[in-house]
Amino acid sequence: MIVAVGVVLPELRIPVTPTFVITTAVATRDFQDVHHDRDQAVRRGSKDIFLNILTTTGLVQRYVTDWAGATAMVHRVAVRLGAPCYAYDTLVLTGQVTQVSSTGCVVAVVGRVAGGDHVTGQVEVGRLP
Amino acid sequence: MEDTVNAAAERIRAAGAGPARPARDPVNLPMIRNWLEAIGDRNPRYEQDGLAPPAMTQVWTMRGLHPAADPTDPLSAMSAVLDQAGFTSVVATNCEQTYHRYLRDGERVEVRSRLVDVSGPKRTALGEGWFVTTDSTWYVGAEAVASMTFRVLRFRPPGSVAATPASERTAAASDVLRPVVTRDTSFFWAGTAAGELRIQRCGRCGRLRHPPGPVCRQCGADRQDHLVARGTGEVFSFVVHRHPPVPGRRLPIVVALVELTEGVRMVGEVLGADPAQVRIGAAVRVDFVRVDAELTLPAWRLLP
Repeated sequence: MIVAVGVVLPELRIPVTPTFVITTAVATRDFQDVHHDRDQAVRRGSKDIFLNILTTTGLVQRYVTDWAGATAMVHRVAVRLGAPCYAYDTLVLTGQVTQVSSTGCVVAVVGRVAGGDHVTGQVEVGRLP
Repeated sequence: MEDTVNAAAERIRAAGAGPARPARDPVNLPMIRNWLEAIGDRNPRYEQDGLAPPAMTQVWTMRGLHPAADPTDPLSAMSAVLDQAGFTSVVATNCEQTYHRYLRDGERVEVRSRLVDVSGPKRTALGEGWFVTTDSTWYVGAEAVASMTFRVLRFRPPGSVAATPASERTAAASDVLRPVVTRDTSFFWAGTAAGELRIQRCGRCGRLRHPPGPVCRQCGADRQDHLVARGTGEVFSFVVHRHPPVPGRRLPIVVALVELTEGVRMVGEVLGADPAQVRIGAAVRVDFVRVDAELTLPAWRLLP
């Protein structure tokens, strides 16, 4: 793995199935109905169930550690949320190294869905002690 | 309402951090495994070393399926105030987490939160709402292990009853914006009332013009007559009107500039159209909306 400013991470495409939305919501202990009950989600004005924020944060973290390897330590994850990521969307994560220091680097991550940018964020990553 | 929200925000903010809320369970491998599996994270480090993925920090202190009301929690308290004020929907907008170290299997964490900022009411793409920012810190004993700044938008879903004052909900002829009928335009409105779409024509050179006016742009003559249009045309341009509210109307509505078969252009609503179906070049036919005895508006319908 080469770490230098401008290095582009391999793209990650996640088919966001209803199972994915629901199992990640439950695994993050988020039981809000909009993450597992389509009828309720539609009643509340959404077109379908959608990913919860703890999952989005988790996916952004995973995307960077998939690249950085098992000895990476994540220091910080900052995300800004945009378009909802609905069931049946494909979430496409891309990333690029924006800063490098002696202790680690910062990766800018974008997660896109059909409706636009679902998430934009930065992940600061170093090495586990 | 705004004052009530601001006063509550100030009171909750001034109260500072709420009491520490312990996680329901210690950090544990079964939950870590569920999370890794669901997220699709194959990093072996977590299970091997008994470490929790850092993005799980907040998971440990989630409240579960049937959370008890917690008036001491600043975000819950602020949410209740905004809920009362009609801002019933919520969406997270920003989350920034800092991890001082990874949590280990068996550790017990607790979280303390404080309200940092409440700003609004703001018009957003989702509706009118307030941004609520909180800071949370997770502790193991006295040691701070992670912190988070979290911002949510609490908004009033558009179209909800509270969002529309009663005065704007009734469709009545008296609500309609009425055109000013002049000597130049009366033939047009007499036409719509009679179910005719009339186009002004120069009484000398025969040029068609719309909107009607006193003088021909081409030859300068002030004599005029009209012809009855066939009532067909194409969408030349259009807008989807979503805001501001229109008295008596349910938004969105589509308003098109239609190029008539005869060549002049005319503005009107495209009735019953799904905004996604309207296209430049789409064929339309005129329709007439009778408002009352004095006023009939021309409008358009998409042809199949």
